[in-house]
Amino acid sequence: MIAELMANFWVVLGLKLGIIGLLVPVSGLFIGYAELKISAHMQARVGPYFAGGRYGWAQLIADGIKFFQKEDLIPDEADRPVFKWAPALVLLSSVSLFLVIPFSDTLVVRDLDIGIFFVLAISSVGTIGVMMAGWASANKYSLIGALRAAGQLIAYELPMVLSVIGVVILAETMSLNGIVEAQANFHLIGEVGTPFVLLQPLAFGIFMISAIAEMSRAPFDMPLAESEIVTGYLTEYSGFRFLFFFLGEFANMFTFSAIAATLFLGGYDPMFFNAPSITGPVWLLMKIALVVFVLIWVRWTWPRFREDQLQRLAWKWLVPLALLNIVITATAKVVF
Amino acid sequence: MTDQDFMHHLGDVSVSIELETEDMTLNIGPQHPSTHGVLRLVAKVDGEIITDVEPVLGYMHRGYEKISEVRTYPQVTALVNRIDWVSGYANEIPFIVAAEKLMGVEAPERAQYIRVILTEMARLASHLAFMGSFPLELGATTPLMYAFRDRERILDLIESVTGGRFHPNFNRIGGVKSNAGAGKTQKKASQDLPAGFFTETLAAMDVVDASCDEMETLVGGNEIFLIRSKGVGVLPADIAVSYGVSGPILRASGVEFDLRKTEDYLPYDQFDFDIPTGENGDSYDRWYVRLQEIRQSARIIRQAIEGIPSGPLRAKVPLIIKVPKGEAYVRAENPKGEMGYYLVSEGGQGPYRLKIRSSSFSNLSILPWILEGVLLPDLLAVMGSLDFVLGDVDR
Repeated sequence: MIAELMANFWVVLGLKLGIIGLLVPVSGLFIGYAELKISAHMQARVGPYFAGGRYGWAQLIADGIKFFQKEDLIPDEADRPVFKWAPALVLLSSVSLFLVIPFSDTLVVRDLDIGIFFVLAISSVGTIGVMMAGWASANKYSLIGALRAAGQLIAYELPMVLSVIGVVILAETMSLNGIVEAQANFHLIGEVGTPFVLLQPLAFGIFMISAIAEMSRAPFDMPLAESEIVTGYLTEYSGFRFLFFFLGEFANMFTFSAIAATLFLGGYDPMFFNAPSITGPVWLLMKIALVVFVLIWVRWTWPRFREDQLQRLAWKWLVPLALLNIVITATAKVVF
Repeated sequence: MTDQDFMHHLGDVSVSIELETEDMTLNIGPQHPSTHGVLRLVAKVDGEIITDVEPVLGYMHRGYEKISEVRTYPQVTALVNRIDWVSGYANEIPFIVAAEKLMGVEAPERAQYIRVILTEMARLASHLAFMGSFPLELGATTPLMYAFRDRERILDLIESVTGGRFHPNFNRIGGVKSNAGAGKTQKKASQDLPAGFFTETLAAMDVVDASCDEMETLVGGNEIFLIRSKGVGVLPADIAVSYGVSGPILRASGVEFDLRKTEDYLPYDQFDFDIPTGENGDSYDRWYVRLQEIRQSARIIRQAIEGIPSGPLRAKVPLIIKVPKGEAYVRAENPKGEMGYYLVSEGGQGPYRLKIRSSSFSNLSILPWILEGVLLPDLLAVMGSLDFVLGDVDR
């Protein structure tokens, strides 16, 4: 009976989508809570304390309920349909990325042959949502924020793509499952797999910098830049539309950490430990937690770049370094 | 019209469309996260470049100069606290000294020393707030928490002496608030500095010094902080002088000018301290000069605690204070710059006219000059480095 059901395409699809639909808010809650607490401890504060009785664990749930109760304000001058759909598009782009993340060799919605290509393409769709939000808000701060987001997209997308090429050359595949397998089967010492971060440290650095810029987190949070342009494209949003952006941000953090873990840290593969393949999700989640911690750490440590400084960084440093990385990787691939 | 003429005109139209882009007028404030209150800037921006800035002041005008004409002298002290509320205590000093000058009264030496300690504490409170708020303008939220944590210790100390964190209202004409020596009961006689104040203060000064070292390495050593603040908002010395800019901003431009050295409103000549100056007059120098001033203030407080004489806290003054006819101008080195009171008395219980020369107002006059041509992200960063308080601007 169960086997019969599991063979039905629609049942499986519904199940997978249901899990993702659950995973997005749950990962958002966890990462949001981690961000609140870690930032608090970095800043000599306590952070959320009372919500939920202990450690403030229910803070974000309470926040979420609060957002639903808020009035859904739309400015008079706003371009209403665009204003309404922008948050959906941003969230859609974050959620779509969950489709290709392999949690184990079988636990993946769809193992696309062009998995990493899909990731890079879909992740920039969110910027269209951001631009829609900025334009439709009829607010000058929002517009400036949106234009900054667009300028930023061009700056970081190229180094990000170029940094991934090194991994693809090593793995000889663009499928995310394939990349994990390649790391598990890449034996540098003995029989253990090698996470590509050891072979591609430069690419890992460039990827992480670009990913932070992609997520508009400090030090690349110019599109939001609270102290300059209020909160950029979010300025006019309230209620559950704001929640969509909020959720999209944390979901993005989760997916990008997952992709960084998959590409560079060995994904669901236990690597140096001998563990059955069913524990794959645990290993992936641990690696994601590690990357998320670094993202939070960076955010609460550094001030913000200026837009022109980001462009300079991207074009003068990241792109040439990524190209250099490709040349070195390709040469090494041919030689060895 | 021939086709050729038409094409000719069409060409003209397309050229003019391409070349003339309209500047956007961006209204920053009065409600904005980074304008430190209700400052409004009408900025013309070409993309992200500021072409013109017009500050609009007066949203917080409370008319203190006029109100003080119908208040008695002790009441005015409570008013002037609220001018620059980040360093409330420092505002009282020039006013009280001006009134004392007209009356021919001089505060006892112990009171003078207490004034010095509390004024320097107000400077610490103001500069530590800046140490937090300036990186915040650049997008770093963390230094704020550390700076305000240490500032809290200073405010606690001010509170333990004066009873108020922000608005101490502690000065009286002829000394500081106390009944010591004048009271008959034991309770009144005990109203000197609280017990353990000196040891607590010395401990707090160590904390402040450690905090300065931390700021210097963690904030001042941050690459992004450096590229965001070095060479940004450069203010040459001659421009600074001609605009009447004073305080740390002037010193950051390389002008070694400190009223604590040149005026005698408080016995600063008995203390050993340096005047830190900058070289380039950019945002970084303004940050660094203030950081150094924190250290110097801690140094002065340590010396004052070491050398504080005993004695009465208040000179003999009549119960109802009437200031003789005359005029006096007393200026002082406040945390944000030169603050002066021009006091005109007709012999009554309150001032006939009180002109307040507040530091932030004069310092803000530089805004249109310094902000022309900077980028929008630098607009608020440069403004933050000027460190003004709207209460001090609008009075």
